[in-house]
Amino acid sequence: MARRPDLLDTLSAPLLRQNPVTLQILGICSALAVTTSLATALTMAVSLTVVLTLAAGVISAIRAHIPETIRLIVQIVIIASLVIVIDQVLQAWFAEISRALSVFVGLITTNCLVLGRTEAYARFHAPLPAMVDAFGNGLGYSLVLIVIGALRELFGKGELMGIEVLPLASSGGWYTPLSLMLLAPSAFFLLGGLVWAIRSWRPEQVEAPEFVPPARTEPAE
Amino acid sequence: MADRDPNPFRRLLALPNESRTKTVLVAFLVSAISAALVSGATVMLRPIQAANRAAEAQARIEALVRGVPGMGALLDETGGTLSTLVLALEEGRAATDITPETLPAALMDSANWTALDPGADIVGLGQRPDYAQIYLLRDGTRLSLVLLPISGQGYNGRIDAILALRGDMNTVAGLAVTRHAETPGLGARIDEPGWQASWPGTELRDQGGTLRFAVARGPASSVHEVDGITGATRTSNAMTRMIRFWVGPDGYGPFLDAVRRGEF
Repeated sequence: MARRPDLLDTLSAPLLRQNPVTLQILGICSALAVTTSLATALTMAVSLTVVLTLAAGVISAIRAHIPETIRLIVQIVIIASLVIVIDQVLQAWFAEISRALSVFVGLITTNCLVLGRTEAYARFHAPLPAMVDAFGNGLGYSLVLIVIGALRELFGKGELMGIEVLPLASSGGWYTPLSLMLLAPSAFFLLGGLVWAIRSWRPEQVEAPEFVPPARTEPAE
Repeated sequence: MADRDPNPFRRLLALPNESRTKTVLVAFLVSAISAALVSGATVMLRPIQAANRAAEAQARIEALVRGVPGMGALLDETGGTLSTLVLALEEGRAATDITPETLPAALMDSANWTALDPGADIVGLGQRPDYAQIYLLRDGTRLSLVLLPISGQGYNGRIDAILALRGDMNTVAGLAVTRHAETPGLGARIDEPGWQASWPGTELRDQGGTLRFAVARGPASSVHEVDGITGATRTSNAMTRMIRFWVGPDGYGPFLDAVRRGEF
C-alpha cells in the first residue's frame, strides 16, 4: 500500500516544507536562547526531539481514552514528566552542558512546538505515524537550531564545538569576534534572515496578508 | 449490559470518555505513572549528580589555586592537597564538634542557621549558615592562601562562588564561580576566565581599614575595583554586595580578624 511513502513524507515534510520554526514560527523562544554555541544547540535539539517523540507516542497510545475536558492537562503532565526525566539524565551524564542550558531544558514543557504536535497530530493518529511526525518535527527544529547555533558560535567566538576555526585577533589571528552574535538580538536577526531566505526560495510559504488596506479614493490632504 | 466484561479495567476503558468516573481515573492514573517516573529518575540519578557536583567543586578549587601565581608550586610541594577546615563564623574559630563529613547533616538543622536582619542582609539570602567549610594553604607555618565559599542572590538566582584571599587577608588572589543562573552572554560572563582575571591583586580595604571593594561600572579605576560587566549591572552589583557581605562582620569578618591577630 501507500503506507511507506506516507511515513517518509510525514518525516520529511517538517524539515523544510512545513518547518515548525520557520513556517509556523513555533518554539522560537528556546531557539533564540540556547543557540549561543553549537554544543548547547545540539543538546537542546536532541532533548526536544526525544521528548517530542516519546510524548507523541504515549499520547497517541492513550488517545482514545483522554477525556476531552482535561486533555491539555493530561498532555502537559506527560510532557512535563518526560522533560524532568531528560533534565535529570542530562544533569547526571552531561553536567557541563546541562549547566549551559540552565532553565531551558525545563522550558521544553512550555515549548509550543511539543504541545502543538501532540494536540494537532498525535491525538488523532496511531502511535507509529504520530512518532514519525514528532520525530520529523524534532528534526526540523534541530535543523534550525544547528544552523543558527553554528553561525552564532562561528562569528561570535570564532569556534565550532569549542574548536578554533577562525584565528582570533586577541591571540595573533585576524578575526575579531562579533560579540553581538552571542546576544539574544542576533538570534532574532539570523532567524528572521533564515525565514526570509526560505520564503524567497519557496514563495508558497509566504503568509497571505491578514488584511488589505482599502484603496484610496480621494487624495490625502 | 448483558455482556459485562469480568475485567474491571476493561469495563473502565469502555466507559464513555466524558463520564466523571473515567475523567477522574484517567487524571489519577496519568499523574500516578508520571510521578513514579519522575521520582524514579530523580532518586536513581541523584548519586551520579552529587558525585558530579562534588568533583566539579573540587576541580574548580584546584583550578583556582593553580591560577594564583606561585600557588601551583606550593600546592605540589604540600602534596597536592589543601587543608580543609570547618569554621564557626560567629567566633571566627575552627568548629570543635563538626567535621567536613558531618557538615552537610549539620546544615540540614535550621538551628545552625542565623537569620539576617533586612538591613544587614545585603546579599538577599535571608539567612546564613553558622558553619562553613573553608580551605587553607600554608607555606611552612604561615598562612599563604585561604579559600572562602561565598554566595548571594544574583539577577536570576543564587550565585555561589569561592573567593581566594592571600595571606594578608586583604588582597584577592582569585575568584571562581561554582554556580549561577545569570543571563547567558551578559551576567553569565562572571563565569568567564577573562573577567575573573581582573580579580587577582584587588585590595578589599584601604590603609585606614575601610571596605572599598567594588565591581566598577566600566573598567576598574583603582586597586579596590574589578572591571564591571557591560549590560549586567544587576549581576555586577550582586557581586559587589556578596564580597562586601562575606568579608564583613556577618560573614568571615571574625575569622579574618583572627588570622590578622595570628591565631591561625
